[in-house]
Amino acid sequence: MRVFVCLGNVPDTTTKVKFTENNSVFDNTGVQWVINPWDELALTRAMELKEDSGSSVEKVTVITVGTKSAEPTIRKALAIGADDAIRINAEPTDAYDVAAKLAGVLKNEDIGFVMCGIESCDYNGSAVGGMLSEFLNLPSVSSVSGIEVKGEKVSVSRTIDGGKEIISIDTPFVAIVQKGISIEPRIPAMRGIMMARKKPLNVVEVPDTEVLTSHKSFELPQPKPPCKIVNPENVKELFDLLQNEAKVL
Amino acid sequence: MAVLVFTENWDGKFKKLSFELVSYAQKVAEKLNVPVVALSIGEVAEDELKKLGDYGADKILSVTNEYLKTLDNQMYTKVISEVAQKENAKVILFSHNNTGKALAPRLSVKLKAALGSGLIDLPSVADLFTVHKKVFTGKAFVTMELNSDIKVLTLSQNSFKLISSDNNATIEEYLTDIQESDIKTKVTSTDKETGKLLLTDAEIVVSGGRGMKSPDNWGPIEELAELLGAATACSRPVSDEGWRPHEEHTGQTGKIIAPNLYIAAGISGAIQHLAGISSAKYLVAINTDPDAPIFEAADYGIVGDVHKILPELISIVKESKL
Ligand SMILES: Cc1cc2nc3c(=O)[nH]c(=O)nc-3n(C[C@H](O)[C@H](O)[C@H](O)COP(=O)(O)OP(=O)(O)OC[C@H]3O[C@@H](n4cnc5c(N)ncnc54)[C@H](O)[C@@H]3O)c2cc1C
Repeated sequence: MRVFVCLGNVPDTTTKVKFTENNSVFDNTGVQWVINPWDELALTRAMELKEDSGSSVEKVTVITVGTKSAEPTIRKALAIGADDAIRINAEPTDAYDVAAKLAGVLKNEDIGFVMCGIESCDYNGSAVGGMLSEFLNLPSVSSVSGIEVKGEKVSVSRTIDGGKEIISIDTPFVAIVQKGISIEPRIPAMRGIMMARKKPLNVVEVPDTEVLTSHKSFELPQPKPPCKIVNPENVKELFDLLQNEAKVL
Repeated sequence: MAVLVFTENWDGKFKKLSFELVSYAQKVAEKLNVPVVALSIGEVAEDELKKLGDYGADKILSVTNEYLKTLDNQMYTKVISEVAQKENAKVILFSHNNTGKALAPRLSVKLKAALGSGLIDLPSVADLFTVHKKVFTGKAFVTMELNSDIKVLTLSQNSFKLISSDNNATIEEYLTDIQESDIKTKVTSTDKETGKLLLTDAEIVVSGGRGMKSPDNWGPIEELAELLGAATACSRPVSDEGWRPHEEHTGQTGKIIAPNLYIAAGISGAIQHLAGISSAKYLVAINTDPDAPIFEAADYGIVGDVHKILPELISIVKESKL
């Protein structure tokens, strides 16, 4: 079966965020772009499943909505091991529009399952995976922290409050994944980087889709008052502050 | 017209976040001058359902279909959208937790409704319908406009206070025709610890980082947590190393929490860690390095060795008989 991993191209997590045009647009000058952390974990798990001879996963495709500027991130995913990539040529706007575009392409593909990260670390919508599954009219499981494939049979583990559930599900479906799906993301090796240059990166166009939200303005958090430093010889003072000033004990 | 609120239950009981959400619904409904309809799926006793009225629900719809005992995103979405249409709901609300994140995006597509997720306060409904939320994992806020007739919103936990009401809500059963064959996700086993205080629900959290040095040193963290009625947490490398379970990992790639008090012991305060705790009301740092970035984010700090400070703090708490 073929597994699709949706990739978000996001600012590196240590980026100092700034805004332009009267605080209405994210300023991407000097920003380092990376694969969204959860998508990287999803890709890592997809590669493990492909390498496992007991699983029927035989091809891993990454798919992104993005302009040409997203290609270094896509090449990185190919270097990690994806077999091929699809770039839907459009500026990603809101989650609804991105999910509609992904669905526009994926509805014509023979899907084993699709993996999406739980959240993107830019706009934190936690939305694309769920929206995509509804556009495709496929079952979905979210909070997925494990996927096992034995031959054609797939089971996923879903994190619930205080534990987890094991769910059996028929393909095709959409898995919305979080930590646990894999722990350490794979990093590309030299050989992978060489091979990635020759792997297919297909650029496709899709018809315009609808955008239902727009960003009006951004603000940065208020600076915090400085930390009150308590003498390590007087731990009681910390306790008193928590009890009488903060009133949290 | 109505505001529809999906109230999740845990083994037949609601939690504080359910009541926060209904309180929020009450205020949204007030702005729109419409009633609040709460929808509950699963076996919940009448006494428990009635509690939703205490926070502002006008009408409570209860669905007890036997095939909806475990969460199936597709069928839950189908039921919620049927109810939304029947009640002519203009705004549909969820908590921004695992279940809300699973259902709200699906419903948004089904109803062609704009989604505002992870909100931290009430929407503004004047000329434009705008919502306010954190973006870039807590590094900024955005005001977002939702341009559709129906809106789906998810509310961040611990960001709205409880507001009581003396509504005497009516309770009605809502019947659906969901069949066994409609359910495509089959739960084959469940492994769940009951009675344990969950990190996302805790008002106080005691958390340890790599500065704790070894998994064998977690005794004081657990003891302090026990004394304060707190949950325990940790930084990512600690869970990656297997010192602590993954459920405890807080931060950008782990849990995002909003307790009243977060005590960080031996945690440097990397930006990805802070992303998970920036909504904590008070942050305490204990760290040997006075230049550790955690002190820039903390409200109170002690420059000192966790192995000395934590046991002292424990005896002070014990003496105070909190
Ligand atoms: C994409 C990405 C995502 C990430 N997501 C997360 C995330 O979700 N959560 C997360 O936590 N991290 C995350 N990280 C990792 C993060 O960058 C840091 O590496 C991590 O948070 C550091 O953990 P720490 O503070 O426990 O360890 P360290 O950075 O090693 O800090 C240990 C601290 O303990 C102090 N210390 C040492 N001994 C003592 C002592 N005896 N008493 C008191 N203090 C002592 C030291 O001064 C130091 O400040 C992520 C990184 C990346 C790249």
